[in-house]
Amino acid sequence: MTTGTETPVESGAGLPEDSHQLSAKLRGAAVAALPPERLMPDRQPAYVASWIYVFGALTLSALGVVIVTGLVLAIFGPSWWHLSTTGLFVNSLHMWSVEVFFFAMVVHLWGKFFMAAWRGRRRATWITGVVSFVVSVGAAFTGYLSQQNFDSQWVSTQAKDGINSTGAGAIFNVTNFGQMLMWHIVLLPLVVVALVGVHVLLVRLRGVVPPFAPPDAPATEAKGTPDSQGEVGPNSQAVPTEGRS
Amino acid sequence: MQMLGAVKDSLVGSLINLTGPGKYVHWGFIQISVANLVVIGLMVIVFFAAILIPFRRHGGRGR
Ligand code: HEM
Repeated sequence: MTTGTETPVESGAGLPEDSHQLSAKLRGAAVAALPPERLMPDRQPAYVASWIYVFGALTLSALGVVIVTGLVLAIFGPSWWHLSTTGLFVNSLHMWSVEVFFFAMVVHLWGKFFMAAWRGRRRATWITGVVSFVVSVGAAFTGYLSQQNFDSQWVSTQAKDGINSTGAGAIFNVTNFGQMLMWHIVLLPLVVVALVGVHVLLVRLRGVVPPFAPPDAPATEAKGTPDSQGEVGPNSQAVPTEGRS
Repeated sequence: MQMLGAVKDSLVGSLINLTGPGKYVHWGFIQISVANLVVIGLMVIVFFAAILIPFRRHGGRGR
């Protein structure tokens, strides 16, 4: 379609007379907060060249495999995943990718803990991480309850006393298979994916946290935490950065 | 198929014997299965490996 005024529209700026519209305001705010090159940068600060930074992406990849294999299980159903060899294989992929997910998540959070990666207005990143962890534990728990075997019977009867003692048993009944399956395949995955989405967007929004200043750095440089996206903080000059951080 | 199953069973069975009650470590009020302890140990090892093993950087400007 040719309007004769493609340039401002195509550049995302829109037409001046449309600027009062909700779509224009939302787009403007989104693009200002996370311009494409910040959302998906080509380069990272030099200090990101360490294996410890890989574990967030590894956790994310494992979550991707969990979701895809879970979708395949949902397509073919329980008799398939219990009885056919392919079904058992996909069921195992689902279970083992959860193991990788938690393994990578724990290494990730240890890394972030020792970097104090909540510095410089990154609190919300840490908190969304913590909450994703807790919700993921719930997702794994309801997964164990959805196995339809003696294991899940054992887990549910052990858990029911604990949950009943909190009073939550009245609405969250761990011996109710249908309810646990729905939590496992609908509610909790939605929450985990939403939280992880916010978590990763926050990382892009704030940039990767700069390392602590070395002990022999001048006091002025060492104190204070970066309080803006511009990284006014330890090592902001000392460490060569590549691209936007 | 049955053959394959038998081969698989004996292979996995020879690695870890899963028949019988699980093995647990008791240490005061702490009680943990050996399996969980092994996973925690592996996480610690991987954590230090991730910090210590140099990350190969490819081309481009900068260092
Ligand atoms: C649900 C699982 C999780 C996923 C998929 C995930 C994913 C990621 C990714 C991809 C990054 C950026 C790359 C990196 O630095 O590794 C990141 C950064 C971060 N993660 Fe997670 N994460 C998860 C759980 C957690 C948990 C449990 C915590 C802490 C309790 C946490 C704390 C952080 C922090 C503080 C950063 C920001 C680091 C910075 O700004 O430099 N994350 N996460």
